[in-house]
Order: sequence, then C-alpha cells, then structure tokens
Amino acid sequence: MRIAALALALLAAAAPARAQIKDGAPTENIQIGLSTDRVSITADFSGADLTIFGALENTDPQVNRQGRYDVVVVLEGPARSVVVRRKDRILGMWINTRSETFINVPVSYSMATTRPPQDITTPNSYKQLSLGIPNIYLEPEEKRDSPITIQEFTDALRDRKEALGLYSDNIGGVQFLSQNLFRATLHLAPNVPVGTHKARAFLFRNGLFVKETSTQLAIVKSGFEQTIYRFATDHGFGYGLFAIGLAMFTGWLGRIIFRKD
Amino acid sequence: MGIYLPIAEMSVNAFVLLAMGAAVGFLSGMFGVGGGFLITPLLIFYNIPPAIAVATGANQVIASSFSGALAHLKRGTLDFKLGTVLLIGGIAGSAAGGFVFALLRAIGQLDLFISLLYVVLLGTVGGLMLIESVNALRLTKGGVPPALKKSGQHNWIHRLPFKMRFRTSKLFVSVIPVLGIGAGIGFLSAIMGVGGGFIMVPALIYLLKVPTNVVVGTSLFQIVVVSAFTTLVHSTTNQTVDIVLALVLMLGGVAGAQYGAKAGQKLRGEQLRALLALLVLAVALRLGFDLFVKPQNLYSLTSVSGLSL
Repeated sequence: MRIAALALALLAAAAPARAQIKDGAPTENIQIGLSTDRVSITADFSGADLTIFGALENTDPQVNRQGRYDVVVVLEGPARSVVVRRKDRILGMWINTRSETFINVPVSYSMATTRPPQDITTPNSYKQLSLGIPNIYLEPEEKRDSPITIQEFTDALRDRKEALGLYSDNIGGVQFLSQNLFRATLHLAPNVPVGTHKARAFLFRNGLFVKETSTQLAIVKSGFEQTIYRFATDHGFGYGLFAIGLAMFTGWLGRIIFRKD
Repeated sequence: MGIYLPIAEMSVNAFVLLAMGAAVGFLSGMFGVGGGFLITPLLIFYNIPPAIAVATGANQVIASSFSGALAHLKRGTLDFKLGTVLLIGGIAGSAAGGFVFALLRAIGQLDLFISLLYVVLLGTVGGLMLIESVNALRLTKGGVPPALKKSGQHNWIHRLPFKMRFRTSKLFVSVIPVLGIGAGIGFLSAIMGVGGGFIMVPALIYLLKVPTNVVVGTSLFQIVVVSAFTTLVHSTTNQTVDIVLALVLMLGGVAGAQYGAKAGQKLRGEQLRALLALLVLAVALRLGFDLFVKPQNLYSLTSVSGLSL
C-alpha cells in the first residue's frame, strides 16, 4: 500500500524565479506537502510506505550540481509516557524488578535521508537538532536516579522501539526527482499509533544545517475497528453490557441449533 | 484469513482462533467445564496480551455457561437460593479482583501474578484429580466398585453460625462458607478470566455436601452472573474486553461443545477425570516453564496504566 502525497510542483516551478533576487545570495528554503492530512488504518493494515513530496527554493545551482544539498525527513508520532521494566531472576523465576518512567516519548519515529547520516553532517549537529534515533530526547520522570541507570533504560527503550519497528530509518529514502524537487519514503510500522503525527524536513548544505519545515498528519483507525475502539474506550459500561448480551445470545443460539433435550 | 482485533490492536489468524475455540469447546463439552482455564492460557501462548486474554476469557465463558445453565434450568437441577448467596459473595470477590488486577497492572506484576495463580491452582487441582481418578481406575480394575462419598457426613463447616435452609439442595448450612466460596471464585474470575467451575464443583460437593445433580446447574448459574459482572468490571475500569476476539472464540466454542458432549458419553467417569487431570497439569507445566526460562528480552515497554505497547 502506498500513500502518495501531493507534489509541490508549483513551488518547484516558482523557485528559479525567486532565486533571481538581486541583493546578495538569498537563503535556501525547504517546503513539504501532503495531499491529505489524514491517513486511515483499515482491518488488513500491515504497515505501509508514506510518500512525502517536497521542494527546495533559492538553491545555488553550483552547490546543486555538486549534489551537496541533503534532506532529512522525519515523521514523529504523538508523545506518550512509557514505563520501561527490567526482568531479573528471583528464586529462579524471571520477574519484573526495576523500572524507569519516561515522559513525552514519541510513540513512533520514522526517518528518511538522502545519504547515510554520517555523510550528511556532524554528530554534534545531529545532537543540537535532536535529529536521528540516537538523539531523540528521552526525558526520565525521576531525574534523580543515577545516570548509569537512566542510560541503561534509555538504551533499552530505544532498542525495544527499534525491535518493534516503531523507530526506523531509511537511508536513501529521500530522492531528488529534479534539482529542486524531492520525494521522501517513510516506513509506517503495522503497529503505528493513531494520533497526530508531525512530519519535519531538514535541509543541509555542504554539511551545514540551513532550514527546517514541518507539517501535521493525523493517523486514524477506519470504519468498524474505530467504532468498536471508540465505543470501548468512551462508553466502557455500555460496551460491557453489549459484550454480555452478545455472549448470552451466542450461548442461547448454540442451544437452539444443537438442541439435544 | 487475517482479522484485526480492535482492542488488542493486532492482526491474528481467524482460523487459528476458531480452531482454538472449537478445541476448548470440545473439551468443555466432554468434561462439563466452562473452559475459561484453558482459553486464557491458550490466548497468552498466542501472544495476546494477558490483560486482554483474561477479560475476553471471562466474556467468552458467559456463552458456554449460559447455554449449560439453560439446560439445567429446564431440568430443574438449579438451586436459585444457593446460587444467589454464592453470587453475593461472587460479586464482592469479582469487584475486589478487578481492583487488584488494575493495581498489579500498574506496578508491572500482572503477568507474573496471572501465571503464578494458574500454575498453583491448576497444578493443585490437576494433581488431586489425577491421584483420585487413578485410584478409582485401579479399584475398578481390581473388581471393587468405587466407594461413593457418604453424604450427611458432617465436618467443621457445618458447625458455623448463620445457618440457612436450601430446599432444592436439601441442605441446612451456615452462609459463611457459601459466601466465602462465592467470593473466592469471583476473585479468581476477575484475575484469571475463568468461570471457576473447576474449583466450584469440588468445593460444593466436598465442603458443602451439595447433591451432585444440583451442583453443576447451580455452579453454571453463578458462573454466568459472575463472569458477566467481571466482563463489566474489566470493560469499565481496564477497557480490555475485545469483543471481536470473544465472538470468534464463542462461535468455535459453541460448535465444539456439542461434539465434545457426544464424545464424553463414550468414556467412563474415571477415565474422563484422569484425562482432564492430565490436560490441566499440562497447561500448568507449560505456564510454569515460561516463568523459569530466561526471556528473549529482559526489557519490556508498557504505558503508565500498564497496557503493553
């Protein structure tokens, strides 16, 4: 399944015209666009690729020819609190013992880059921008815990998220279609969380950060599944009564169909 | 055929679930048990989060028990008065169980507690049943008819105060043990997602000396109501009842139960009990095994309320 977003062809066409501003070198700009601000997850959803189109403005033709413009696109899921637990062996059994709570953890984080991240800019620059899976800021709720413990659980959190496919990066996922137009392909995991996601695009020139832009995308469950989910979370009591009624009806029906006495 | 479970938030194979429901239904029809103690562990083995397996298991139990209770109601082998007293205890126990369930989930020990309860309870019940049925099988082989439990024999339970008369069961006992048994089963129902028939039936027979023909109907009646209450508790406090999952299991279960009942009529009582005992022990061993094997990953992520991510 491919979710295509709108190409900002207009912007790309307009770019050269604006590049001819006379006084000095104008700064480059980056734009991204989505054809839809809402993506529906259906019953058979097993992950998808989301395509985001974007354009550069006011590019320097010489830098462009040398291929020294790089783009990083990130789709970040809604932030939630997460508890990381660690199992230890007690009396021969593996039992959850220590835990650490992190607040405002993005549920998902999908990144696409034009080239391997180390070829685009310096680790320090990534750190300043909080860009990339190793640099997502994970804030512990209990900041007084020892730094070693916090580090251990922070690593475990990233590790588990990557293993679940919720944190992923796609090297070469951003491709230039023309000098100013690019296409980013981001992976959506099968268990991608519903909610408001934020798409951000970063432009680098010669390894230096130039500009950032962002837009929002809502991921929702569709139709039947969404109705049930909403019913269960918003009207738990009514949902419970319905579940009981359904079970009794099934039991009664079974007796009618397979009557023995 | 894949089917998306809206509450568990995962895709599973509908045929696997139908087969699971049918297999458990077959066994429950054969042995006359609700099957909750089999369905919940099976769902956990199939990677359904334990919190959802338990709540949905309770919902599924209603279907099979309601079907059975209707049959007993028609035959007049259902003691409403005894059932109602059991029920008062049961609802209190189930409410307490729902509270403990939410608490354990918040501190991250729910999965462990569910597994431990299953291992201990199934291990004990399975072990006792196996010993009893093997003894009975040996005796019948030796030509001696199995000794029937003498009714009318009194124990300490019959010396407790607040006595009450239950006409259908021809019983005059204190309400304290009746409420206690009800509460215990209600608590287990909320935490383990079982109806509790496999504990209720022996408890009524051996502790209260309820006549065997009334026991099953009365126990089914109380199981239907307590499971319904448990479903309600879970759906309001934990939102862990997956109606799609429950429905698929029920459909398989209702069909399987009919064939199980026919198969059960061909086997002798002691043989049936020995087989059921082996099955119960196997489930207990499998769950116990998982507790002692080093998990693939030591770390796990949950939301603050304790649902697995």
